[in-house]
Amino acid sequence: MSTLERTIILGLALGLGAAVAAAQTAQTPAASPSPGLGASISEADIKAWDIDASPSGKGLPAGSGTAAQGAPIFEQKCSACHGPGGKGGTTAPGAGPLVGGAPLTSGIDTAKTIGNFWGHSTTVFDFIKRAMPFNQPRTLSNDDVYALTAFLLNANKIIGEKDVMNAQTLPQVKMPNRDGFIIRFPDRI
Amino acid sequence: MTIQKWLVDPLNRFTRKGRTAEPEAVAANGLIDRRALLGRGAIYAGAVGTGIASGGTGAAAETLKDDPWSLEMGGVTPPLQVPSKFEKNVVRTLSNPNHELRNSHARTPHHLIHGTVTPNSMHFSINHSGLPDIDPAKHKLVIHGMVKQPLEFSLETLSRYPLTTRMAFVECGGNSAPMFSSQPVQATAQAIHGLVSNAEWTGVPLSILLDEAGIDPSAKWLIAEGADSHLLHRSIPVKKAYDDALVAIYQNGERLMPGNGYPMRLLLPGYQGNMNVKFLRRLKVVDEPSMSYYEARTYSQILPDGKAWRFHFLQEVKSFITHPSFGHTLKGPGYYDISGVAYSGTGRIAKVKVSADGGKSWADAGLQGPVQDKAFTRFRMPWRWDGQPVTLMSRAWDEAGNVQPLRADFVAARGQTKEPLKSVLGFPNQHYNSITAWGIDAKGEIKHVYA
Repeated sequence: MSTLERTIILGLALGLGAAVAAAQTAQTPAASPSPGLGASISEADIKAWDIDASPSGKGLPAGSGTAAQGAPIFEQKCSACHGPGGKGGTTAPGAGPLVGGAPLTSGIDTAKTIGNFWGHSTTVFDFIKRAMPFNQPRTLSNDDVYALTAFLLNANKIIGEKDVMNAQTLPQVKMPNRDGFIIRFPDRI
Repeated sequence: MTIQKWLVDPLNRFTRKGRTAEPEAVAANGLIDRRALLGRGAIYAGAVGTGIASGGTGAAAETLKDDPWSLEMGGVTPPLQVPSKFEKNVVRTLSNPNHELRNSHARTPHHLIHGTVTPNSMHFSINHSGLPDIDPAKHKLVIHGMVKQPLEFSLETLSRYPLTTRMAFVECGGNSAPMFSSQPVQATAQAIHGLVSNAEWTGVPLSILLDEAGIDPSAKWLIAEGADSHLLHRSIPVKKAYDDALVAIYQNGERLMPGNGYPMRLLLPGYQGNMNVKFLRRLKVVDEPSMSYYEARTYSQILPDGKAWRFHFLQEVKSFITHPSFGHTLKGPGYYDISGVAYSGTGRIAKVKVSADGGKSWADAGLQGPVQDKAFTRFRMPWRWDGQPVTLMSRAWDEAGNVQPLRADFVAARGQTKEPLKSVLGFPNQHYNSITAWGIDAKGEIKHVYA
């Protein structure tokens, strides 16, 4: 191939490439400049809303509690719906048992408790902190939430009565069903 | 063929050798080739007189006269219209009408409405801690976490962004759950399938907002949180956010209904309803999922072997017949239009088949266009009932090649309850997408059956 031929071919290739690029640009306009109407805010100003706790322990606040400390709080604030000791059996609709439960091989409609189903201890803390008591959410102190979490983990025989739950210890609690899950659509993550 | 003949029979169907002038049967028990009805009124009308069907069996017509409403000026034209008082029974059914301390479900009356757009007043709604009464002027959405610059948006600022409009169904992961019962519950399509609805949503592509905040390329998840009293939150793959997610601010042309997330909600077309977080107030960009209560407990399904599925994002391909269905009664032999809805979280509906003999023979239903991505498609199948017992079923396919499973196959993989479900409001499991069958007896009474 002569230099001239190479030059022509290169030129054609470049031209074609440019045409393809132009066509692509026409089909999918480059990311349009953002309207930029979002107002800047600092993480410090978001702090009151930033309450989620994740399995690694990120987001868990300072504070601590034990099952023994949680028992009277549960009796006072939770048992009316969840039953004494979290065993259910009250007439409160929708508030099923939190403790015990049949093996998950008992049927596809087996009642899910913290003991037989929940895969992560941090989910217990997170849900109590954000949503409980049902009609007085976010009225509990972080110490109370740690104590209630410890109470429910102990009631399910996952931790001891004197084990202290805090931001360091809680994520290390291994839930009985932690490895019982299959990601349904991993290619969508 | 002469031109004259062609004009009478453009498809040459009824003059070819061996054909009769009756519309073609396409499957057993009276299913009719839909093309025989389209624009071929003369041929169809001719067929009516040939046999079992009778077009004019009603009482003899009365002499016509004007009714009172035709004799004087009508009522006030209101600023916000509501349906006629004669439609007062076309409403959602409620799971918690007395507002007890628990969640509330309101189900769409699929057997009483038609088309593909669910009217806003009848869009299904689930609220886990009541309906928040949100002042749109005070509502804020923040995006923070793994971003260059945390941002705050108001409804007013979002309304100035480039908006996108699309149709999309939203379906609760627990829709159709009564069909996990070992025996068919006797209930309407509303009671069984009423936790899915379809609307035109308008909103801001979430990708624009994430780009504006400067999302960290290594982030894989968003934690989406609502402003309801329980701050319902779900982990959303960033992948979906950049696919087709919207922050929706209009529903069928008007602002969102309170029960559907006013003033703004996440819309994740085709994904489990609970992930489409309502009253959206916070999106936190993170590198691991939250394992929130709803994703780690409620919407993780127990399988027959005792394992459980987690992150079942997709609402898979499904269809069900709405007309006729439980709650209706057929008024004697003759022509009926079988009709229902089909939808899939993985794209457009490609095909719907209908059977009138419990699944032994099937025929292609007509699909009402436009057939849209992750949205309801209405299907129709002309049917002439001969008055004998029949079992009607529908089965859908989507453009990705997914097919709605037969019940025997579905139950083999997913299981069913040991005892019949006690309450149609129960949720023995989640993500049921098998086939619904309606058994019709010789009196025209309709029951829910497994076929």
